[in-house]
Amino acid sequence: MAEIDEAQAQRDALAIDRSKGDFKYKEDYAFDAGIGLSPTVIDYIAKVKGEDEWIREFRHKALKIFESLPMPTHWATSDLNNINFQEIRYYLAKSQKPSRTWEEVPDDVKQTFERLGIPEAERKFLAGVEAQFDSEASYSRMKEELEKLGVIFCGPNEGLSQHPEIFRKWFGKVIPAGDNKFAALNSAVFSGGSFIYIPKGVKVAQPLQAYFRINAENFGQFERTLIIADEGSEVTYMEGCTAPKFETATLHSAVVELVALKGAKIQYITVQNWSANVFNLVTKRGIAEENAEVRWIDCNIGSRLTMKYPGVVLRGAGARGEVLSIALANDGQHQDTGAKMIHAAHNTTSNIIAKSISVGNGRSTYRGLVQIPKVFQNCRNNTECDALLINEHSRTDTYPAISVRGQKNSVQHEASVSKVSAEQIFYMMQRGLSEGEAMSLAVNGFVNDLVKEFPMEYSVELKRLIELQMEGSVG
Amino acid sequence: MNTPTTTLGILDAPAQTRETQLFHSADWFAHLRQQGWQRFQTLPMPTREQEKWRFSDTRTLSLEGYAPAPAPSEADVAKLLQRSQLISHPAGLMVHIDGHCVLEPQLSPELAKQGVIFESLEKAVKHHPALLKQHLLQHPVNLGGDKFQALHQAWLRSGYFLYIPTGVHVAQPFVSVQWTLAENSAVFPHALVIADDRAQGQVLDFHFGAQLDSRALAISCCDVHTGQEAKLERLSVQGWGQQTQSFQVDNTCGGRGAKIVAINAALGARRARLENTVRLEGPEANVNLYGITVATDGQEYDQRTLQIHAAPHTKSDLLFKNALLGKSRTIFSGLIKVEPDAQRTDAYQTNRNLILSPEAEADSLPGLEIEANDVKCSHGATTGQVSPEELFYLQARGIPLKVAQELLTQGFLEEVLSKVSHPEACDLLRTLMQEKFHRS
Repeated sequence: MAEIDEAQAQRDALAIDRSKGDFKYKEDYAFDAGIGLSPTVIDYIAKVKGEDEWIREFRHKALKIFESLPMPTHWATSDLNNINFQEIRYYLAKSQKPSRTWEEVPDDVKQTFERLGIPEAERKFLAGVEAQFDSEASYSRMKEELEKLGVIFCGPNEGLSQHPEIFRKWFGKVIPAGDNKFAALNSAVFSGGSFIYIPKGVKVAQPLQAYFRINAENFGQFERTLIIADEGSEVTYMEGCTAPKFETATLHSAVVELVALKGAKIQYITVQNWSANVFNLVTKRGIAEENAEVRWIDCNIGSRLTMKYPGVVLRGAGARGEVLSIALANDGQHQDTGAKMIHAAHNTTSNIIAKSISVGNGRSTYRGLVQIPKVFQNCRNNTECDALLINEHSRTDTYPAISVRGQKNSVQHEASVSKVSAEQIFYMMQRGLSEGEAMSLAVNGFVNDLVKEFPMEYSVELKRLIELQMEGSVG
Repeated sequence: MNTPTTTLGILDAPAQTRETQLFHSADWFAHLRQQGWQRFQTLPMPTREQEKWRFSDTRTLSLEGYAPAPAPSEADVAKLLQRSQLISHPAGLMVHIDGHCVLEPQLSPELAKQGVIFESLEKAVKHHPALLKQHLLQHPVNLGGDKFQALHQAWLRSGYFLYIPTGVHVAQPFVSVQWTLAENSAVFPHALVIADDRAQGQVLDFHFGAQLDSRALAISCCDVHTGQEAKLERLSVQGWGQQTQSFQVDNTCGGRGAKIVAINAALGARRARLENTVRLEGPEANVNLYGITVATDGQEYDQRTLQIHAAPHTKSDLLFKNALLGKSRTIFSGLIKVEPDAQRTDAYQTNRNLILSPEAEADSLPGLEIEANDVKCSHGATTGQVSPEELFYLQARGIPLKVAQELLTQGFLEEVLSKVSHPEACDLLRTLMQEKFHRS
């Protein structure tokens, strides 16, 4: 009995109460654009950032597009209608970012970090205790090395004003403002994010991580990222973190554009773990030129509703695109994720592997698009979607769209839905595991081959995170 | 016959009203048609932006210029009756030309004694109002064809009613042949099939154009109801003329332990849309859905399917195979929907497209919506060409390229053909496929 109580107590302690993340701070922002969306807000953002006239125009045009486009509820969930755009704060200048001390962080959050085995320094950063981490030696060392290689790693503001010859050419080209309603919103009010340029032939050995640049408001609500890998270069970029991100803002809408020039390789890794009140509506797309490779590794665990379909436009012969995706939808969550592969050259190949887990009354959705026009030959796509349903009211949907023209192309798509077999659980329980542990192990097994693709430290954290999310889901 | 009003088309209210008065005195039936007409008026034409019409070429959708055709001449009737003798020894054969019933089936006294009903809709409306009122067009339209179904209801006239009573097994197939003959003829074939508890039967539906290039509009509906443990097989062959627009809405309900096999073969029409909904209502219901298509130059086949699992322990399996030649296009959009209480569901869906021309396009939208957790569901979609290795193998044995291609395509389609249990119907379908292949 005592044992059970203890287990329950432990579970209760670890059940992440997302409301604890609603940190409240005094609102004494000096550069506050106010609540709501209007041309005045746009002008304000442009002015505070000291942007060039063309960026201001770009923003205004985007706002008009945003206003003219309808909510995509004819195919997407009607939960989108619950977003009130006039109640959102679109910009807070960085000097007005809330600062908090480690003492202010709730105990259960600290415990979660503990369980995830996140290093001390990172914990503080993740909890929003920013100042300490900033002076980390690792950051400056890394920055020095990158500069030696000629790598540019900065924010959008700096990128567009100091290196226009590099970034302006591609900015808003992979994902135009009119791509969809939320890309338009981002284009109108973007701030924060990473602009990266990797020179010809440079292979960056260490993954670049957004949180090394915490000074520069990298986890913005409307962040804008543009990565250009010049011919023959290679880079891995990591965004997000496995620990829960506590946010008061309810709408996040990022735009991420990747450009892999001839023979370049870009790998973009995301672990999304927003708190469960967040609408996470993200547009991500990469262009792969001749023999280039763009690879999205995408893991969605948090948020109330995520809509994210990383895409690759395979524009040069021999280009390769890949999306590996893991989604975990718990109670009250809807992970609407997927992938897009647009084949726009001969001999292009693409691969999509998506795995989703629905727990409690969580809902996970896969939406895919594969397009091969008739003028191209020897294009191949492989898509696999597997869904695992844990509880009676868990839900999963799969909506792929595959359009193939021409004779010499081939696509294959496979999807399956299943639950963890009772035999597997029984087998493990027989060997002394609790039902919860057995379930957690089975789920980790289900995603194991994808988790392996993540960098080492991420994959360890990811496994623990999945264990954590699975707790209390059975029995 | 040649009153001036015959020039009125299917979109003209007076024509619709006049026809209702002419053909049917039953009030409830006139009311049903009137409801359909009103619904048709209020519904908008579908557009490609609608998810249920994604990939469809909705710009070329047009209902203008079609009218119900007058009764055919005796010579035409004789000719087409001859061509309707497709199956030897059917349980009953019914023939319609341009929506006019020209042959009422003669059931054997034995079947009649057992209570089997197989008669034209016109007669059934008069003879079996209770059964028809209960079942005629009572299914919801799920897949986007509301407007067309409403027009079908407004002009509902031709078709058949088949009823197999409890425990009756009928070995021979019930055959219905629908022809379009006149240019710009509008036809609205309807089929209502009820197989009561433990009943067994087979239905063969043929839709043909009298000429290969007949231009017509066909909006057909078929509703199938099965009772407990009933067994039913239905083959529907769509072979309208090559200039015809075809819309077909099929609904099938499976009762407890029912076993249903439904095969849709598509050969004709310029554009053909099939909406096929299967609802597994009783536990242990088992439905197999098959589709087979040879699409040639200028044709668009738009296939939308929905497998609804509304009860536990049900099984459905779908296989649609499309071979594409010339500048043709197929769209397969399928959805498996498992409702929250339908635990222990087995549901499968496979779409295979074989592209045989650089001009062809195959779109595939295989979908799943699963709200129960103890299920086994999967779908697969592939699009590709004839394997070069297999072609090489056949060519190395002296078989010319074109023949080798045809053989491999036949092999590809044979998987579905082999599901047609009636040997004559299977041979007929194979021949029709081959003829079409050779014409292209």
